[in-house]
Amino acid sequence: MSGREAILAKVRASLKAQPEDGPRLAAVERRMAKPPRGVIPARGQLSPEGRVELFASLAEKFATTVARVRDPADVPEAVAAYLRSRNLPSAIRLGADKRLAGMPWQGQRAMEVRTGPSDGNDEAGVSHAFAAVAETGTLVLVSGRDNPSTVNFLPEHHIVVLNAGDVDGDLETALAKVRKSFGRGKMPRTVNLITGPSRSGDIEQKIILGAHGPRALHVILVGA
Amino acid sequence: MDATMARPRVGLFVTCLVDLFRPVVGFAAVKLIEDSGCTVEVPMAQTCCGQPAYNSGDRLDTRRIAENTIRAFEDYDYVVAPSGSCAGMLKKHYPGLFKGDPRWETRAAAFAAKVHELVTFLTDVRGVTDTGADHHGSVTYHDSCSGLRELGIRDQPRALLAKVDGLTLNELQDADVCCGFGGTFCVKYSDISNAIVSQKTEKIAASGAGTLLAGDLGCLMNMAGKLKRQGSAVESRHVAEVLAGMTDGPPIGGAG
Amino acid sequence: MQITSPEFKANSRAALADAQLQKALVNVRTGFIEKRQKAVDALPEFDRLRDSARDIKNHVLENLDLYLEAYEKKVVQSGGHVHWAQTAEDARGAILDICRKANARVVTKGKSMITEEIALNDFLESHGITPVETDLGEYIIQLRGEHPSHIIAPAVHLNKEQVEEDFRRVHDHLAPGRDLSEPEALLGEARRVLRSRYFEADVGITGANFLVAETGTSIIVTNEGNGDLTQILPRVHIVVASIEKIVPTLEDASQVLRVLARSATGQDMSVYTTLSTGPRRATDVDGPDEYHVILLDNGRSAMLGTEFQDMLRCIRCGACMNHCPVYHAVGGHAYGWVYPGPMGAVLTPSLIGVAKGGHLPNASTFCGRCESVCPMKIPLPRMMRHWREREFERGLNPGVARYGLSFWAFFARRPKLYRLASAIGIPLLSFATFGRKRLAWLPFAGGWTKFRDLPMPESRTFMQQFRDRDATTKQAAR
Repeated sequence: MSGREAILAKVRASLKAQPEDGPRLAAVERRMAKPPRGVIPARGQLSPEGRVELFASLAEKFATTVARVRDPADVPEAVAAYLRSRNLPSAIRLGADKRLAGMPWQGQRAMEVRTGPSDGNDEAGVSHAFAAVAETGTLVLVSGRDNPSTVNFLPEHHIVVLNAGDVDGDLETALAKVRKSFGRGKMPRTVNLITGPSRSGDIEQKIILGAHGPRALHVILVGA
Repeated sequence: MDATMARPRVGLFVTCLVDLFRPVVGFAAVKLIEDSGCTVEVPMAQTCCGQPAYNSGDRLDTRRIAENTIRAFEDYDYVVAPSGSCAGMLKKHYPGLFKGDPRWETRAAAFAAKVHELVTFLTDVRGVTDTGADHHGSVTYHDSCSGLRELGIRDQPRALLAKVDGLTLNELQDADVCCGFGGTFCVKYSDISNAIVSQKTEKIAASGAGTLLAGDLGCLMNMAGKLKRQGSAVESRHVAEVLAGMTDGPPIGGAG
Repeated sequence: MQITSPEFKANSRAALADAQLQKALVNVRTGFIEKRQKAVDALPEFDRLRDSARDIKNHVLENLDLYLEAYEKKVVQSGGHVHWAQTAEDARGAILDICRKANARVVTKGKSMITEEIALNDFLESHGITPVETDLGEYIIQLRGEHPSHIIAPAVHLNKEQVEEDFRRVHDHLAPGRDLSEPEALLGEARRVLRSRYFEADVGITGANFLVAETGTSIIVTNEGNGDLTQILPRVHIVVASIEKIVPTLEDASQVLRVLARSATGQDMSVYTTLSTGPRRATDVDGPDEYHVILLDNGRSAMLGTEFQDMLRCIRCGACMNHCPVYHAVGGHAYGWVYPGPMGAVLTPSLIGVAKGGHLPNASTFCGRCESVCPMKIPLPRMMRHWREREFERGLNPGVARYGLSFWAFFARRPKLYRLASAIGIPLLSFATFGRKRLAWLPFAGGWTKFRDLPMPESRTFMQQFRDRDATTKQAAR
């Protein structure tokens, strides 16, 4: 008997269950087809503006910095301002996201824009968020050519562009949006839920920012 | 209202530690319950709640002890114990011992419904807000684990103590943390128990109180024993002694 | 790893005498507890979420076979491989096969208790593969040749001076005069050293906090980002997870995530919650080419349907040990195997047998604080008591305790004899000890009197005194 059959047989024996158990199978399939939403904290159930404000205040509480711009066209200047304020070289890494590509980077003449995945030699990476979660100040990023996962983790500074209209109240809503966008049961290779810059408390429980991932996380909120 | 409910009959579950080591707590309990408008009886057929056996994995003996307790007490209107731990055993753990035995299960459930810890019986069942006692000096209060977490005893003793004339309550830091008694634990793992009770006596000393109070004699004997060994002047008493105004005798482990 | 759980008593005595350890344990007693409380107080729905999380896991456990099959199907659909392992040995074998096929020399690892359970590092090393722990705490203890003393804070038993010493010893290519006096400097150095290791690695191994049946997704939760670098940079990603990690849907994962970080570190969310599904896609420019899941049973299927089933709800947050007075006193290593604290006291006997792990469920005061903070509402004290019952049934507890207990129980079951014995015994004891109020020593009570005085009984029991009082009152009333 294979490991698979043996484990399933042991589980069934312990549960006193049969493999072809109609009602159990129906319950399981029903749950996966129509997931119940469970307990949703009231905290994030706000108007669109309220969600953006809650997201921003919680993100800042967890050591993310937040800048706001009116229009996507203002993003390159906001990125440049961030790099200047941190005394960083004028260079960024970004993926093939059309929303980012459509921004007027050429207006930042001194800025070097590298595209593709990060190789670990970038000071700053720029990603576009898929969504955000107001209740915890969390960004939702999905992997792919548009926003490679390496850009989220290898640069010292991670700059994330977020449309104000993409801020959801709760985690369930944000993940349901991933499901809707990629198709039921189909997920992107990686979904990153990011709440603040990398940190560790492993030495004497003292929290220090910048463990293995970015030391700093900067959100540029568009349209808020 | 019929006469019996006007003056309910309470069976006092004395607890073995009070019976053997600290009779004054039993008399304090009798006084407090009588003052709250009840008749108190003390069934002679009681022994121990069975925790030593229960917590050692000896389910059969526990069940036999439980049957004895239930038989001795099931005719009373209420069963009251001056201990959160024993009351918790009677109320929360007895019914589980009889799972699968419908007749006893029903009996145990009916019995469990009548069980109360002393202080909460006074406040929550009898509506007592002031026991009319006085006690001059500062006290601190330790929340014994079973009472706190199984029966939700926390505010009730503090509310009654607040009404005791001349008494000031200095809150104990980490009052809700175990004192390290744990029944047979304190003997089986005495080194660990000692480390835990040493943390506790440090906090007791830091409270600046002259008297330590708690609602469980096991915890009190543990803490008092450690305080005495450390040469501390803090006196230890069961909270019922103070609430009943019966503090003339020596504290647990003697004075000085 | 060597199991020292049977020597729990000796281990704990050594731990109590270890000044460095005792200093480090102060951090557990304070930080974790305050942070959790703050996070819980800030979320009014917390307790309802605990119920919701408990119900989700209960539903999963009742249908575990079906959810495992559904999960496997989705992993395969997304291009991944599932390897079913009945035992630790099976799991190690499957991992080694994958590593060999990938010609792996260096393997990076995210923090994972399950790979501790299967003793993976020693095994890989013995086969010429170098495992590199990348979580800061895990990295530190790997340098020291130790094992985690806490399931979410593996190096919680150490102080920064000890870490500095280890870094100076191991990182001997760096300037000897460098300043490593502060945790910031230590972290910075570990970050630089490990960065190159991520790129060197051929295989990355992580655990999983959840496996989502609906999508075939594995989820890890970290703060450092090491788990992500471990899984996106090497060519092969191996997830090692035990079978009870399943949740049905993304919504269910969300419910449990809400109680996980709050209970563990007091964060609303951990910094990185990463959902991984299969290998790199045609549309990806990074990520692993291969994605493998090792589904490990290792004794868990046998816990289903027993009084220990509830333990399989555990999400490894560490709240129980953070709030445990025994853990606070002796730390994690004293427990002698992988899982310490209350969750370890229940799980260890299930996995290595009660004959070896029997001390653990006994070394509890039953204070109940673990259960009161458990996000999954696992009745930990109740299950420790069930282990004691199994021990008792099998006669595994020491003879003296057993006979003492039966002697006592003989009387406790017989009220009249009990009354008689106490009525004679108490005055006798009082007489024999010259009416002292406390004793510093008493035969057979050494465990007590070694550290405390024993308050002595008065000369007569309550029952004797009460009967007299009762008789007097009745006479007076007549």
